Amino acid sequence: MSLTLLNVIVAVVIAIAFAAANAAYLVWAERRGAARIQRRPGPNINGPFGLLQPPIDGIKLMTKQLMIPGGADKILFMVAPVLAMAPAIMSFVTIPFSENIVARNMDIGVLMIFAFASMGAMAILLAGWGSRNKYSVMASVRAVSQNVSYEIPMLITAITVIMVNGSMDLKAINLAQAGGFWHWNIFPSLQSPLMPVSFIIFFICSLAETNRAPFDLGEAESELVAGFHTEYGSMGFGLFFMAEYANIVIGASLTTLLFLGGWGCPFGLFPGVWWFLLKIYLLIATFIWIRWTFPRTTIYGLLNLSWKILIPISLFNLLLTAGFMKVF
Amino acid sequence: MGGYFSDIFYGGKSLLVGLSITFREFFKPTVTVQYPYQTIKMSARFRGHIELLADDTGSPKCVACGMCQRACPSSCISLDSVSVDIEVDGKVKKKKVLSRYDLNFTTCSLCGQCVENCNFGAIDFSKEYNLASTRKEDFHFDLLDRLKRLEEKKA
Ligand code: SF4
Ligand code: SF4
Repeated sequence: MSLTLLNVIVAVVIAIAFAAANAAYLVWAERRGAARIQRRPGPNINGPFGLLQPPIDGIKLMTKQLMIPGGADKILFMVAPVLAMAPAIMSFVTIPFSENIVARNMDIGVLMIFAFASMGAMAILLAGWGSRNKYSVMASVRAVSQNVSYEIPMLITAITVIMVNGSMDLKAINLAQAGGFWHWNIFPSLQSPLMPVSFIIFFICSLAETNRAPFDLGEAESELVAGFHTEYGSMGFGLFFMAEYANIVIGASLTTLLFLGGWGCPFGLFPGVWWFLLKIYLLIATFIWIRWTFPRTTIYGLLNLSWKILIPISLFNLLLTAGFMKVF
Repeated sequence: MGGYFSDIFYGGKSLLVGLSITFREFFKPTVTVQYPYQTIKMSARFRGHIELLADDTGSPKCVACGMCQRACPSSCISLDSVSVDIEVDGKVKKKKVLSRYDLNFTTCSLCGQCVENCNFGAIDFSKEYNLASTRKEDFHFDLLDRLKRLEEKKA
């Protein structure tokens, strides 16, 4: 009993540390990347290449006073950032980084990650509602409608993968993809020729689910001040920020695990955690690249994209996959 | 229905074009200046506040004729002179020497009338632009003192 409790604590501490370190240094990577794309140097004063910027930002956020706006719902206001962060941490528990590095492998891993991911929308809703600020409320309305509409195509594509591999266990899904890139779920196999399209749909949905630009309507600065976290300062804001980046890491991990062969090497050599990390950071680099390339969409464009394009195509792919699996 | 698929196709294509542009920009050198550490040279026609110019001996070229003061539409310039005795070829002569030259930069419109009206080429626009302050007193410049300090630094 005590041993399992210890295991749990160690796993959660490692997950929190991993999430925090990632959040800190992804902000740095994001700012440097944005700067390069805009042909400026980015943060480069503190430490070599500005590498001391994230800890300094963290200290700044932590030393600030926590303000609760007058008239806000105190409990909801305080709970929301924690509720944003906690599911993100929990999802790390079941993500297998390699065959042996996984805190708790579950045979319903995919389901669990999706269940926790949808709690993120809840946090945004509570943050907007609790702040008693019209911009925050509008932003949370948008964010929730966005999360609802993008969860559907995301789940449908995930179901396609689950059908092909016959398991919801992330480890099993990856073992089925082992041994070279031609085994990966993204590449057209006999089961489903439209799998690359599924991959793109899944990727777009994970952009939208993590509220990343060009789908960051929940914090559209140009129209809604700062969206749902307008009223948050100090570590409340810090937690939302960390949750956003933790969700990005989870989105990239899930995309890697479901489509890109997880910790397997493209050529079947030395499978291990390094390949997994390489793949997720490449995907995250793409996230950053996309953010600094495209302008923010409108809410109509966003919902149209989901309901008119992503959902029909992913449904079609689901049926096609089912047909192929029946025939072959 | 045909429009539906061509929209997806051309939309996707334009997204890829956008991505390729930012990808290429990523590897190009930066074009910005690291301001407090690096500064760019101000162009020849940049107008900072006016400054007095010195002759070869380091004293101001200004003969205190007061044309600039009269030309200024905003009355920013005020100057004073004293007459001193100097010896030229063994004879004692009186000469007007500038003793004070103040510029009230808070009302200056950088119109250039003062520079235009000086027949002795004694004033010009400086290239000064680091002029931020929370007190308006900081924008009353003693230009004679400024010139003296600049000359000392040069020497
Ligand atoms: S630039 Fe114009 S306003 Fe300024 S001191 Fe000269 S004459 Fe006056
Ligand atoms: S017009 Fe020229 S010479 Fe005359 S007082 Fe002004 S700066 Fe001096």
